[in-house]
Amino acid sequence: MATISAERDAAAKTGTASPEAVVVRFAGDSGDGMQLTGGQFTLSTALAGNDLATFPDFPAEIRAPQGTLFGVSAFQINFGSSEITTAGDAPDVLVAMNPAALKTNVQALKPGGLVIADTGEFTKRNLEKAKYEANPIEDGSLAKWDVLAFDISALTLESVKEFGLGNKEALRCKNMWTLGLALWMFDRDRTPLIDWLRTKFAKNPILADANIAALNAGHAYGETAEISGPLRKLHVDPVPAEAGLYRTITGAEAVSLGLVAGAQLAGLPMFFGGYPITPASAILHNLVKMKEFGVTTFQAEDEIAAICAAIGASYAGSLGVTSSSGPGIALKGEAMGLAVMTELPLVIVNSQRGGPSTGLPTKTEQSDLYQAVYGRNGDASLPVVAARSPADAFECAIEACRIATQFMTPVMLLTDGYIGNAAEPWKVPDPASYKPFPVTFLEEANGPDGKPLPYKRDARGVRPWIKPGTPGLMHRIGGIEKGIDTGNIDYAPNVHQTQTDARKAKVDGVAQGIPAQDVCLGDETGRLAVVGWGSTYGPINQAVRRARRKGMSVSHIHVRHVWPLPANLGDLLAGFDKVLVPEMNTGQFKTVLRDQFLVDAVPLNKTSGQPFAIAEIEHAIGTFFDGIPGHDEGEVPVNDTQLPSPEGKQN
Amino acid sequence: MNDMTPIETTLKDWETDQEVRWCPGCGDYAILKAVQRTLPMIGADPKNTVFVSGIGCSSRFPYYVESYGFHTIHGRAPTFATGMKLANPELDVWLVTGDGDGMSIGGNHTMHVLRRNLDCQIMLFNNEIYGLTKGQFSPTSRLGTPSPSSPLGSFDRPASPCAFALGSGARFVARGFDVSKKLPEVLKAAHAHKGAAFIEIFQNCIVYNKDVFHDFAAPKGAEDQQLWCVDGEPLLFGSEKSGGIKGLSLDCETLALKVVDVALKEDGTPDWQAAGVAVHNVRNRGLAHMLVELPFGPFPMALGVLYDDPRPTFEAAIAEEREKASAGKVADLGKLLAKGQTWTVTEKDADHGLMD
Repeated sequence: MATISAERDAAAKTGTASPEAVVVRFAGDSGDGMQLTGGQFTLSTALAGNDLATFPDFPAEIRAPQGTLFGVSAFQINFGSSEITTAGDAPDVLVAMNPAALKTNVQALKPGGLVIADTGEFTKRNLEKAKYEANPIEDGSLAKWDVLAFDISALTLESVKEFGLGNKEALRCKNMWTLGLALWMFDRDRTPLIDWLRTKFAKNPILADANIAALNAGHAYGETAEISGPLRKLHVDPVPAEAGLYRTITGAEAVSLGLVAGAQLAGLPMFFGGYPITPASAILHNLVKMKEFGVTTFQAEDEIAAICAAIGASYAGSLGVTSSSGPGIALKGEAMGLAVMTELPLVIVNSQRGGPSTGLPTKTEQSDLYQAVYGRNGDASLPVVAARSPADAFECAIEACRIATQFMTPVMLLTDGYIGNAAEPWKVPDPASYKPFPVTFLEEANGPDGKPLPYKRDARGVRPWIKPGTPGLMHRIGGIEKGIDTGNIDYAPNVHQTQTDARKAKVDGVAQGIPAQDVCLGDETGRLAVVGWGSTYGPINQAVRRARRKGMSVSHIHVRHVWPLPANLGDLLAGFDKVLVPEMNTGQFKTVLRDQFLVDAVPLNKTSGQPFAIAEIEHAIGTFFDGIPGHDEGEVPVNDTQLPSPEGKQN
Repeated sequence: MNDMTPIETTLKDWETDQEVRWCPGCGDYAILKAVQRTLPMIGADPKNTVFVSGIGCSSRFPYYVESYGFHTIHGRAPTFATGMKLANPELDVWLVTGDGDGMSIGGNHTMHVLRRNLDCQIMLFNNEIYGLTKGQFSPTSRLGTPSPSSPLGSFDRPASPCAFALGSGARFVARGFDVSKKLPEVLKAAHAHKGAAFIEIFQNCIVYNKDVFHDFAAPKGAEDQQLWCVDGEPLLFGSEKSGGIKGLSLDCETLALKVVDVALKEDGTPDWQAAGVAVHNVRNRGLAHMLVELPFGPFPMALGVLYDDPRPTFEAAIAEEREKASAGKVADLGKLLAKGQTWTVTEKDADHGLMD
């Protein structure tokens, strides 16, 4: 097992090892319930007080053909007793429920890591489907790793025999058996899971009992199995945490809660228009359950209807919100332009996925930044906020609501598939700790002769919000260029010039009310700034931390306000010799930084649908220190301090 | 329609200070006047009235009505209206669209607003042409329509807006035409209907499709080609001038409507019973389907309220659901955030890095 060598001696005595952090990946057929297993393991990990990060990785097909390589669904969790910011690079433990799951995942496993495989599924037919010529468990090809192979299928069937389930139904309990074993390995309490199973199968107590029996059997197997070898109980110490109430939260949950909180802080009812799309649908599913907070949800006939209805609701005095992923955002483009032109508040959430076109629906990417910042006809600037993690998505959603309502503008909130699906522990905030930003509607005419002037701007260039239903303030708005103050149709050259300038100035002015850009790790000046945005936060932060431990002069800057950029960012970047911008796209934020600050930003790009590995960024950082004594070739030792080292095992 | 206190207004109160910019002689002028005449009749309140439009000649309409107005984007007016109405069901929402806006680029939304039954009035100005883009054939243009994009005549077959509306589940379908004196009555009936009310208004495009409806919609002399459908009244049309009064009767062999001659009784009134003329029933969906499908020429143009059978509205269902879902729940944000399985770290734990 992968543990830190110093702890191995102690562990040898007690039979319990205590690594700082462990990465476990559950992989199986998409019908094997791997996401469920991972989700429940996450919960038990959080309850055990470990910090954690997860990475669900599943196929786009709902039920891909059984046993195939492309039908493999995986769930990775990194948990430990120090702060965890990524789902981990290489797993320490791989649970492979069939040959295809082994084949697609084993190469990622750390040398010396542990493979747990269900031999019951390593049949001739399944081996063929996974394109294995010989059984890898038997042919020695897994020598790099510890292999623990036994017939989980048979053991599961045995454990649920007394409940008289059919063979197929009985085998469905396999994931619970495996989870039971994993819980034993990591010294986790089974009680929350048993409670959860009882609730989940409340209407079918036999299934509840069978699943609990399988869970207990897996746990007991770990406890009593005669195989000691690689299967040793691991205890990961809880992470020191700030005092308070905690829960786990996914990005989609955090966005939903943040939107509700934002609407409450603005003192407005919220209208959410959505059309089903992966991976954004979860936000609609969450908000449907929050009706008592004045939330109206509308499943529209298409993406366009979803955003237009939200704009209609904003016009009528609600906070309009819509959500989608890249292809849907593309369809919403024209309507965003209308919201820019009519200067109505609107929040657009983009849970980015791999593109272009349908691209990689269930995989992650950050390739919609150009679309967010530049992607509309005409000069249609709008503020863009990007969340760095599931928990951060809560703060960002509130921020998006604040900007939208205070500046009468559409705002785009960027998350991605990784943030949306991933979970992390979250210190539950006190709603009272957020400063309200109540909206005031125009109630009295603001022009001469008692006439309303719907486009009369205040000092910040913001127009008043007038709700239909208000007596005496009847007026017309639309997508055609507007006369100054009146909003009446006006195509005059000076009018278009003035209004274009005014719209741009208003959005640029948002930068005055946002916090100055901070350096989240490292010094305010130095040799290298690694600048990121969005979900690359974790791997960048870890990579910079490691590089700094090696003495490199490198800092991590992570930008939340992607547009307009914080006013001090240009000066901040000027304090570094070099700027590196890691992104899960072909270099989009790099272009924005170059354009805005004439800075020689160097791109580091990855578009595999997978998050950055820490080592990839660490290596890129290293290349900036070539030739500097002590930093030859940007070498990155395999051993690291954040994750348990495999070295002990290799020796 | 809303249950609001009627407000006293005059036609003048509904005029804006904006210069109307349609071509001289355009049918839109007559429709605008008809609407401005209707609004005082129904006791509409300018502060609660919203005109929503898409893109096209007709979609400039909101700028000319002294109420709230939103000139949106091409084809999408029904979606904006949906958001408004869900956000504030008190608003009295009128949609203005055309055959291109509502049947082509926005056909999808027209279908969905009708099937959901959002309480609003949808006025589709049908001029069978794209006017604002200078005369291309539209989805309602007749086969063979010559246009800049079909110099040898169009070859796509036209859609029938009212048949489309019924097929989409509309609970109110009516027809009128721009210069008709009866148009305000039709609009009044549409407004009285609680739910989505679809009104096809034939409108003369004086520049690109002049007089295509002349045979039944000429300001004068086309009356005999008009079948004004009135609930509970026989389906009669024509006059002595046009060769006698006629009526529509159901042919039980073909299950289709047919034109029958109607003799006059001694007192000079038409003896429609003897001729077997059908009586209009606005709640008869089958009859409505037959009326909207009547080919003009062999048959007159069916006008007036063709179908009117209300069902619960979309916004009422949404409000009801929200009420049900919120019943007994307190909107406590703190509790919402702390939902699910939670754990507590105490000061002591935090100091020592231990929780259990």
